[in-house]
Amino acid sequence: MAEKIEKGISLWSDAFQRLKKNRAAVVSLFLLAIIMSSCIILPMIPGFLIDPNLQNLMLENLSPSSAHYFGTDHLGRDIFSRLMFGGRISIAVGLITTMVSVFIGVIWGALAGYVNRKLDALMMRIVDILFAMPFLIVVILLRTVLEPKTTQLTDWVVNLIVTDGASVERINTVRTAVEPLCSLIPLFIAIGMLSWLTISRIVRAQVQTVKKLEYVEAARSLGLGNVAILFRHILPNSIGPIVVYTTLTIPSVMLFEAVLSFLGMGVKPPNSSWGVLIEEGASRMFSNPMQLVFPSVFFSLTLLSLNFLGDGLRDALDPKSSKD
Amino acid sequence: MIRFITGRLLQGILVLWVLFTLTFFLVKALPYGPFQSEKAMPDHVKAKIIAYYGLDQPVSVQYKRTLKNVLSGDLGLSTRLEGRPVDEVLHQAFPVSLQIGTLAMVLALLIGIPAGVISAARKNSSIDFMLMTGAMIGLCLPSFIIGPVLAETLGRKLLWFPVMGWAAGEYQFLILPVVTLSLGTAAYLARLTRAGMLDTLSQDFVRTARAKGVSGVVILIKHCMRGGLVPAAAFIGPAYAGIISGSVVIETVFQIPGIGRHFIKAIEAADSPMITGIVLLYGSFIVLGNLASDLLNLWLNPRMRNAAS
Repeated sequence: MAEKIEKGISLWSDAFQRLKKNRAAVVSLFLLAIIMSSCIILPMIPGFLIDPNLQNLMLENLSPSSAHYFGTDHLGRDIFSRLMFGGRISIAVGLITTMVSVFIGVIWGALAGYVNRKLDALMMRIVDILFAMPFLIVVILLRTVLEPKTTQLTDWVVNLIVTDGASVERINTVRTAVEPLCSLIPLFIAIGMLSWLTISRIVRAQVQTVKKLEYVEAARSLGLGNVAILFRHILPNSIGPIVVYTTLTIPSVMLFEAVLSFLGMGVKPPNSSWGVLIEEGASRMFSNPMQLVFPSVFFSLTLLSLNFLGDGLRDALDPKSSKD
Repeated sequence: MIRFITGRLLQGILVLWVLFTLTFFLVKALPYGPFQSEKAMPDHVKAKIIAYYGLDQPVSVQYKRTLKNVLSGDLGLSTRLEGRPVDEVLHQAFPVSLQIGTLAMVLALLIGIPAGVISAARKNSSIDFMLMTGAMIGLCLPSFIIGPVLAETLGRKLLWFPVMGWAAGEYQFLILPVVTLSLGTAAYLARLTRAGMLDTLSQDFVRTARAKGVSGVVILIKHCMRGGLVPAAAFIGPAYAGIISGSVVIETVFQIPGIGRHFIKAIEAADSPMITGIVLLYGSFIVLGNLASDLLNLWLNPRMRNAAS
C-alpha cells in the first residue's frame, strides 16, 4: 500500500487508465494484436503454412476445407497463407512508411514552429503547395521512377551483409531474404514523402504553444542551446498529438498502398499484399465471392481497429478534446 | 477581401507551376520512354516519330517549349494515342468523371451533414452510436471493396442496376458508382459535422438561449448550424477535388470511360503531354476547391473575415 502512495500518476499511466475504459479501443487493440502477431509469427513456423506462391492447377478455386482453411485461388494457391504473407507486406508498408512520414513531419513541423517567422512562413507555404498535389498521380510517378534503383539497392545491402569470400549459396540466401523488403522501398519513399504534411502542421502548432511556456524560458535562462531545448524539452512535451496522429497515419497509408496495388501500381509479384489480394478477389467476384471476402475482412478489420485505437488514444491523451 | 482572393489565386498559380515542373521531370525520369511498347520499328522511323513530338531536343528546351504551350492553353499531342490532342481526349472523358464526382459529392452532403447534426443533437444515444459506427465503417471500407460488393449484390444477384458499363444520359449506370464514391466522404463529413456541432453546442450562448426558453430544434438549426458547419465547410472543397481525382478507382471497378481510364495507361506509356494535362486538370480542381472552401468559411465564420481583410 505504501508503495502505491509514493507512485505519482504519469501522463502515460493516466492515459492508459482512460484508454482501458474505452471498450472500442480495447477490443481494437486485442484484434490488432491477434492479426499482427499471426501475420508475423505463423509464416515463421516451418511447415505450418503452405508456400503462398505454390501453384497447383489441380486444386484451383477450392472452397474452404481443413487442408486449405480459406480455400484456394484461381492458380490453386492457398488463400490463408497468401493472406498471412500479404498481411506482412501490408503491415510493413503501413509501419515503415508511417515512420518515414513521422520522421519528416516531426522535424519539419518542429523547425517551422521553433525558428523565426520568416522561415516558418516559407516552410508552411511549401506544405500548403504539397497539400494541393494530386497525390495519386505524384506517388505513382515517384514510385515508378524509383523502381529500377531497387536492384542496385539490393546489391548494396547484400554486399553490406555478406563478407568477402562467402560462398555463392550464402549470397543467394541473403539475397532472397532482403529482396522482398528492398523491392518495397520505392513504395515506402513515395508514400512517405507525401504523407508527412498533416503531422508537420500538428507538430508545428504544438511546438508553438509549448515554446511559450515558462519552463522553456527557464531552460533558456540556464543557458541551454536551441537544439537541446527543442529535442529535450519541447518535443517530449508534444508527444501526445504525435502518438495519436502516428496511429491515425498507419491506416491511411495502408489504404493508400491498397489503392495503388488495386490499380496495379503498388506491390508487384511475387510479393503480394492485402490490396493485391482484394484486386484479385474483385476480378473473380462473380464466380468466387469468398476470394474477395477474406482479404477484405482482414484489411477492413485492421483499418477499423487502428482508427478506433487512434480515436481512443486521442481521447485518452487529451482530456480537453473528449468533452463529448 | 479582394486581396485575399487574389493572393490565393496567385498561390494557386504557383502550385500549378510547381506541379507542372515536378510532373515534367518525373516523367522524363521514368525508366522507360514513349513508343517502347509498340512493335519493333526501324530506327529511322522511330527517330522521325520522336522528332515529330519534339522529343529529340535537350530537356531544358523541351521544358521551356512545353511550359510556353501550356500557358497559351495548348496541352500538346498524346504520344500514346497517335497524336490525338490531349485537350480533345480530356474534353471527351472529363465530363463523365465530373458528372459522377458531382453527384457523389451532393449525395455525400445529403447523407453526411444530417447524420452529423442528428448525432450531435442526440449525443451518446443509441442513434448517435449507430450513426458514428456506420461512419467509422464507411471510412474503413474503401471504395474498391464496396464497389465490387454492391455490383455483386445489387447488380448481379438482385438485378436492380447494371453491374458495370456506361451509356451517356442513362441514369441507371450512374447509381452504383455514385453511391460507392460518396460513402467515404459522407462518413468523414458526418464525423466532422458532429464534432463541429458539439463544439458549438457547448458554448455559452447556447446555454443563454436555452435559459431564455428557445426550443431545442431552433437552437440547433438557427443558432448552431452556422458555426457547427465550419469544419465540414473547410473540408468540402478539398473533398470535392479528392472525389474527382479519386474516381480513378471507381472508373476501373465499373469500367466507366472517364479520366481514370487514360490516367494509368498514360503513365505506363510515358505519355508526357497526357500526364501533364491530367495533373494540371486535377491540380486546378484542388486549387479552386480549396479557394471555394475558404470563401465558404469566410461567409460562415465572421471571425475569419476580420483576419482575412
